[in-house]
Amino acid sequence: VSQAVIAVALVWVAASGTATVLTRDPLRQAFTAGFFGLALAFLYLSLQAGDVALSQIVVGAIAVPLIVLLSLAKVGKGRE
Amino acid sequence: MSRRARLMLFAAAAAALAVTLGVGLAGLPSFGSQISAYARMLNELAPAQRHVTDVVSAISFDYRGIDTLFEEFILLSAVTGISVLLRPFSDETRQLPEDTAPDRTIPPPSPAVWLLAVFLGSLLVLTGIETVTHGQLTPGGGFQGGVIVASAVYVAYLGTNYVTVERFQPSALLEATDGVGASGYVVIGLLGLLAGADFLANVVGLGGTGNLISGGTIPLLNLVVGVEVAGGFAILASEFLDQTAVIRTRRR
Repeated sequence: VSQAVIAVALVWVAASGTATVLTRDPLRQAFTAGFFGLALAFLYLSLQAGDVALSQIVVGAIAVPLIVLLSLAKVGKGRE
Repeated sequence: MSRRARLMLFAAAAAALAVTLGVGLAGLPSFGSQISAYARMLNELAPAQRHVTDVVSAISFDYRGIDTLFEEFILLSAVTGISVLLRPFSDETRQLPEDTAPDRTIPPPSPAVWLLAVFLGSLLVLTGIETVTHGQLTPGGGFQGGVIVASAVYVAYLGTNYVTVERFQPSALLEATDGVGASGYVVIGLLGLLAGADFLANVVGLGGTGNLISGGTIPLLNLVVGVEVAGGFAILASEFLDQTAVIRTRRR
């Protein structure tokens, strides 16, 4: 894979990682974290680690945002 | 602890972390350097020894199968812990999210959403099964495929409602799936002992390289891990959905 693809992946990871940290609202953070997970998966794929990329997609882009969202729903209901 | 003491503790811990991390990172092979001798050896040996085309699967389910066994039980204990933690407490009660007001009805989900959920859900199940069964051939395997299968349940929830999804996944069945999948790994490991070899030894016929049925115990282990992970993630989703949709505080 050409250096350019890896460079794009690294920049994407850095940008979305920073965005995740800078997002203050946990609800919106769940979404930016999902995009961060996707960026990491793209990075792993560009480094030819297909298995790790797949694991990263299912954990980072499905499992973690889902659990964060449902936890937020639970916590928010208690505050009502 | 005062603010000053906390900052001191943080500074000490951060310095220790920076030093450890720096030393560790300095020892890494440089970016884009040649792969290690161990990786090169496995790349050459695994296709011939185990009849697989995805060497990563051969490592995680055969050469280092015992590690995956422990990882699987980490997931099992995490799911068990969440189930225990999220049970209804003494001041909470279960109540199905049905609207009892007589003067209004809940509009059903629009046909477009419903159709999308049916389409996407069946596609996810198919992709999940494909990922689980082709673990020895292409990237993927039981863990990834299991999560994909379980995510079909989330899509079903988005397209319909809580009561419909609950009919799909009785909790007894989910828990049995999780347990059977986890113990299946041990049972397949015991096959090796029964055959007079080591625990988790690859004693099943290896088949032809590149075929769907190849790699001996690797696809079998992928299958049980897939069943376990699918059950585990479905339990996670249903526990959290229960928390948000069904379990209410008693005093109101």
